[in-house]
Amino acid sequence: MDPLVLIFLTSGLFLGWALGANDASNVFGTAVGTRMITWRTAAIICAVFVILGALISGAGTSQTLGKLGAISALPGAFMTALSAAIAVYAMTKSGLPVSTSQAIVGAIIGWNLFSSNPTDPATLSKILLTWILCPVLAAGIAIVLFKSFQFASKRIKVHMILSDALTRLSLIFAGALGAYALGANNIANVVGVFIPANPFPVFMIGSFEISSTQQLFLLGGLAIALGIFTFSKHVMMTVGDGLGRLSPTSALIAVLSHSIVLLLFSSQNLESWLIEHGLPSLPLVPVSSSQAVVGAIVGITLLQGINAVRWSVLRKIVLGWVLTPIAAATISFIGLFFLQNVFNLAVV
Amino acid sequence: MYKLAIRAYFDNGVCNEFETRLERIHVIESDSDALRREIEKQLYSNTLIPDSRGNVLNLIERVDELLSVYECSLWDLQIEKPQIPKEFHEQFIKLTRMVIKAADEVCLSSRAFFNSPHDVPAYNHKVMLYEKEADMISAELKTAIFSSDIDLSLKLHYREFVEKIDGIADKSEDIADRLAIYAIQRIVY
Repeated sequence: MDPLVLIFLTSGLFLGWALGANDASNVFGTAVGTRMITWRTAAIICAVFVILGALISGAGTSQTLGKLGAISALPGAFMTALSAAIAVYAMTKSGLPVSTSQAIVGAIIGWNLFSSNPTDPATLSKILLTWILCPVLAAGIAIVLFKSFQFASKRIKVHMILSDALTRLSLIFAGALGAYALGANNIANVVGVFIPANPFPVFMIGSFEISSTQQLFLLGGLAIALGIFTFSKHVMMTVGDGLGRLSPTSALIAVLSHSIVLLLFSSQNLESWLIEHGLPSLPLVPVSSSQAVVGAIVGITLLQGINAVRWSVLRKIVLGWVLTPIAAATISFIGLFFLQNVFNLAVV
Repeated sequence: MYKLAIRAYFDNGVCNEFETRLERIHVIESDSDALRREIEKQLYSNTLIPDSRGNVLNLIERVDELLSVYECSLWDLQIEKPQIPKEFHEQFIKLTRMVIKAADEVCLSSRAFFNSPHDVPAYNHKVMLYEKEADMISAELKTAIFSSDIDLSLKLHYREFVEKIDGIADKSEDIADRLAIYAIQRIVY
């Protein structure tokens, strides 16, 4: 294998690391912040299930990204992932909430613009639609779950200590589900752009064949896990500051809604089941885990009244969502120009 | 137990029965202190109920204080041995009965806080009702004491005991007020 491949892959792994550091907080931040689960337990569960999600269910969303722009040259894929990582880093630095999904989509569009490759309007509109649909759907699911929980809690009398134990167990279950969904849905952001370049030879363990894509998914999953172990502690501890303090029950509902939405947008089995039964299916698109959590929290807060929502914070969040893809596309375009014209590397 | 101790005092002063009841209340109070410390230790060492821990510890402390109010009022009777005239005995016993009702309801309210916080307001409502009744009885009793011909120093001494017994209902009301807030915080918001 060309050692250059590993160098090119570093940008994707860097993006994976950033995703692990930031998005693990969407899954376990509230549970760790409210001291319901220790950071160590959360990190182990999150890392294991992110890798499992990436390996088992990561293919669906990767195909959609491939349709948006099939980057066949490794240097091009390197710059695309790097632009997304830079955009994520810059937005985080300026205190704006960021989504790796939006950053990578923006970066791919930047590559399309640079390479004069037409962006498939159907795929793009499908992706853009999910960015609106994802938080709205998360809010809707959170409202339904919250109301059901309220209804049940009025009728079922559970002692506080037992309820505490059940909430902890549920947070671990929902967190594991969330981590699996994160791995399944967001692995495409991390290594999706490298799939068309097919950088690894097929690897055999006994009679098992491990394809280049599976190796990429494993590597991406490990990068996310590294991000979780090395940098997520601080983010998890402070996650509640911006959006306000949540009760453990609300935290559980937020994480559950987030996980359900992410799974809905990444499960190939669910998609085929819906199609089989003549139901409208959801597109398999990498959606933002942050958008899902924000949507769920806004949904829960809306139940307390329209004024309970901190609209100024929400405006800032939405601004971040609009700026991220634009910034990533711009960085990608400029970066590819340099890579091609200064370093003489084939990016298309 | 408290009602029996008060009745024993009005019947026979600081007699054996009164001493036994007081001793029993003292043991309960000491046990509750040990229990409170154990609960605090368990809650912190096992990081249980992190979101309600402060409220629960506060509630336990206040309920423990309520037991102390019971014990202190009996101790004061044992030490000061006030010779309360017979004409006020019935009113004192009536006041005792009412404050005990308020305290009993606040105990039920505390239990409901752990199992079914939605029921707390109903119990608290009863606490308020009994506390108001106790206030009325204590006001009547104090008026009766100060309208009598006994010496002013004795009047002041008896008034102090009326207020001590009535203090149990006041303490119960304080706890009920706290419980109302804690219950709202527990109910999913």
